[in-house]
Amino acid sequence: MRLSSKHLTLLILAAIVLVAPLGFPSNFYYRIGSLIFVNGLAVTGLVILIGFAGQISLGHAGFAGIGAYACALAPQYLGLHPALAMLLGTALSAAIAWLIGRPILRLQGYYLAVATLGFGILVTMVLANEAPITGGPDGHDVPELGLRKLLETIGIDLSNAQFWYAFTGLFLLAGAWLALNLHDSPSGRALRALHDSEIAARTVGVDVARYKLSAFVLSAVYASLSGSLLALMNKFITPDAAGFLHSIELVTMTVLGGASSVPGAVAGAALLTLLPQVLTALQDYEHMILGLIMMLVMIFMPAGLVPSLSRLLRGRT
Amino acid sequence: MTELLQFVLSGVTVGAVYALVALGFTIIYNASNVVNFAQGEFVMLGGMVTFFAWQAGLPLPLAAALAILAAAAVGVALNKLAVERARGAPVVSLIIITIGASIFLRGGAQLVFDKQLHRFPAISGDEPINIGGATILPQGLWVIAGAALVFALLYVFFTRTLTGKAILATANNRVAARLVGINTDHMMTLSFALSAAIGALAGVLMTPITLTSYDLGVAYALKGFAAAMLGGMGVPAGALAGGLLLGLIEALTAGYISSVYKDAVAFIVILAVLFAMPQGLFGRKSTDRV
Repeated sequence: MRLSSKHLTLLILAAIVLVAPLGFPSNFYYRIGSLIFVNGLAVTGLVILIGFAGQISLGHAGFAGIGAYACALAPQYLGLHPALAMLLGTALSAAIAWLIGRPILRLQGYYLAVATLGFGILVTMVLANEAPITGGPDGHDVPELGLRKLLETIGIDLSNAQFWYAFTGLFLLAGAWLALNLHDSPSGRALRALHDSEIAARTVGVDVARYKLSAFVLSAVYASLSGSLLALMNKFITPDAAGFLHSIELVTMTVLGGASSVPGAVAGAALLTLLPQVLTALQDYEHMILGLIMMLVMIFMPAGLVPSLSRLLRGRT
Repeated sequence: MTELLQFVLSGVTVGAVYALVALGFTIIYNASNVVNFAQGEFVMLGGMVTFFAWQAGLPLPLAAALAILAAAAVGVALNKLAVERARGAPVVSLIIITIGASIFLRGGAQLVFDKQLHRFPAISGDEPINIGGATILPQGLWVIAGAALVFALLYVFFTRTLTGKAILATANNRVAARLVGINTDHMMTLSFALSAAIGALAGVLMTPITLTSYDLGVAYALKGFAAAMLGGMGVPAGALAGGLLLGLIEALTAGYISSVYKDAVAFIVILAVLFAMPQGLFGRKSTDRV
């Protein structure tokens, strides 16, 4: 049986997640790996929204913030287990995305950008200003997930960093699998059709509003889960997780890697997560280099890193 | 009543700056269909370059002129080196490019200048002027007058001069403009220079009131973008109305409701306007080519 490109992509991703730890000299590398996976998850959601459906959002960190603060606040105020809090955050994000998505997604291009931007800023402001509940700009503690202890009792003994590496890695693989399946499904084709031309898609019977809304809600769920995982992993969260800069960071990862490519999402997340670590030696120049990379990739590889590079490789053979 | 007047005065002052930044967005958008998220950095450059040139011994008016020229040069470079090369790229790519430019300029300013807050003296002192019980800083009047002057001059420029009309023609239909002999690339460069100069002027006028630092560009870019969208992208009158409205909403919210949520109310109003009028207050109805 020949492997489809979907299964090949998943296998390569899984192999990278499994093999990379062999070269890790310390726990610090597990932590960077987990951060890449957490970002990669949110970015995979944006691939569905931006890459498949062609809709932009400059406010998706808002959903990450909702997911993160659900894990921080629901255990404290509702007495929920953190895992249930994560589900609650996901449901809440999906519900909010569904509510605001209906009016917002009628807007196009830059108008959609400013509307989503406004949503993200609203979430950040509520989190930062309702200090008695959320802890304000100083942040809030997040309880222990407890799954690692559970694994220990059945004989799987992982360090904290190793556990989070494996756990977030599983989420990323599941997210990538779902997104890759969606890409080739009838719904995925409908999304890509409305990306190219809404009018043409409508003419052949695609319910444009409904598909756009589904993509928006799904990407909100990805972002929310990514925020929850980040909060549970760090056991601490600040409103910055929902901030404008985080939204921009996520969109940049999406587009740098290749907006319509799932492996591109992971590559973009890896690049922008690693960059600050690599550049610590050049701290003063970090922002200039980051800005320069964003501009150069977009000018010379408009399709993003992974699609452009794979085209280059295929051209050679 | 006095209270209301006070809020309106401060709202109009801030709104005038937003209107200038929004006008910068509008000019570039018209010329190139690009929303330039680095617009706020021009405001930053205006304030920072003026301060450092003034500190190096230049008289203030000369320092301000130098800052405006420097910002215009950066605007031209941004167009020539980045935006022009990415023509026809999707909206998301253009957003990333201009945000990249904004991060780059901010990083550069932090390196070339410093991370401190700076201020230079106001044009006519800091003695507040009393208007019907409310007060306004003389510099606030300069900001309002500056904005009014820029809008008036641009109106004349776009309706009475050949170059201005050529820019409008380029915005309207690039191919047709080229057919009648307009050098559309020049017009784009000119638009970027003009837009950057206006942003820098806003920065120069505002610095004595709000101070300046290397990282204030993001806030101005967000507000200017929001104001431009509120008024309707691509319409100078919309930039003016959107900017003033945004400033007033902020000042009134801060005064009567809550100062921490003033930005929130501004964005809620923008969302409400966009839901009712997806093209903004003064925006043109767009039609898609199938």
